[in-house]
Amino acid sequence: MALLNNFILAKFLGLCPFFGVSKKLSNALSMGVAVTLVMFIATVATWFINHYILIPFDVQYMSIVIYILVIASLVQIVEMAIKRTNLTLYNALGIYLPLITTNCAVLGITLINATEAYSLLESVVCSLGGGIGFTLVLIIMSGIRERLELADSPVSMKGLPVALLTAMLLGLTFFGFGGMI
Amino acid sequence: MKTTSFWKEFTKGIVISNPLFVLVLGLCPALAVSTSVDNALGMSIGVTFVLLGSNIIISAIRKIIPNMVRIPIFIVIIATFVTIVNLVFHAYVPSLYESLGIYLPLIVVNCIILGRAEAFASKNPLLHSIADALGISIGFMLALLIISFLRETLGTGSLSIFGARLFTLPILGEHPMAIFVLPPGAFLLMGLLLALLRRLGVIKSE
Repeated sequence: MALLNNFILAKFLGLCPFFGVSKKLSNALSMGVAVTLVMFIATVATWFINHYILIPFDVQYMSIVIYILVIASLVQIVEMAIKRTNLTLYNALGIYLPLITTNCAVLGITLINATEAYSLLESVVCSLGGGIGFTLVLIIMSGIRERLELADSPVSMKGLPVALLTAMLLGLTFFGFGGMI
Repeated sequence: MKTTSFWKEFTKGIVISNPLFVLVLGLCPALAVSTSVDNALGMSIGVTFVLLGSNIIISAIRKIIPNMVRIPIFIVIIATFVTIVNLVFHAYVPSLYESLGIYLPLIVVNCIILGRAEAFASKNPLLHSIADALGISIGFMLALLIISFLRETLGTGSLSIFGARLFTLPILGEHPMAIFVLPPGAFLLMGLLLALLRRLGVIKSE
């Protein structure tokens, strides 16, 4: 999950933070950790909601509305909890936490778990693998982009286009893991 | 006076602030579903419906939404419309529903829709919000059609819409460049398209 079905490069989930936050290495690490944390908590929470509320009452068509509300409130709770317990971590993650609500990777993982009907353990493994893969690619990408800033690329390629081409090369590289695993 | 500004809001979304090529919002669903023209059409119709619906509702109730909780309210309204789209697609076009997969419900977190709600519909009257939604949707659809057309023709060597084969390219038909239907091809094509549009001066360089 972390390497082969990478969330960013193979499933296109969480592209906005991928291109938005991958300009500096330290920010990329904070963002990756925050996303992985929220993905893990959201997976556990939505699994219980799905199996003890939505399925028994047969209201699975409400899942999209419920999930997004759960994720939004979870992000808020996590933000408050981190603020109270660990101020340095809060300052590091600070502005990235609210952004996670609209990160497709988080809603994506909960929907994947629901449609594939994973058990609790499978869901948790899936979310952790996805989160670690997300962090990994974000860190690699930001390392490359820090150098790209200094490189002398054509005017019309500067910024986003060249970042997209880098993502293509990364994606091809990650396909190579297909033969190994 | 009123019709001209309506028209201005409408055309603005198609070229000047095209959501995909200029604002670069909503990249995730755009790249994921652009493997075939069918999927791209289905996705654009879904996005158009949700954007139009949420813009109308949010613009209509913008004066009674408390400022503190506006984002959760926007999200709930958007999620409701996405649920409708999801159920309708599931009932009437099951094959499209299958191939769009989780990207259909993911319209909820599409930055374009929340972005328009926050930046436009919550501040402007009803008629302008409708024009804005239509313009942005058509811009999104055009961009998505261009990307998916190139990906399908280059990646499979032929083009077919709703099961009917339109044409097959002579050499590519036998040896298609499969990379274009794979995920890396989407990044490649999007990067080259952006660079080309900047080179031609359609959109501004950084």
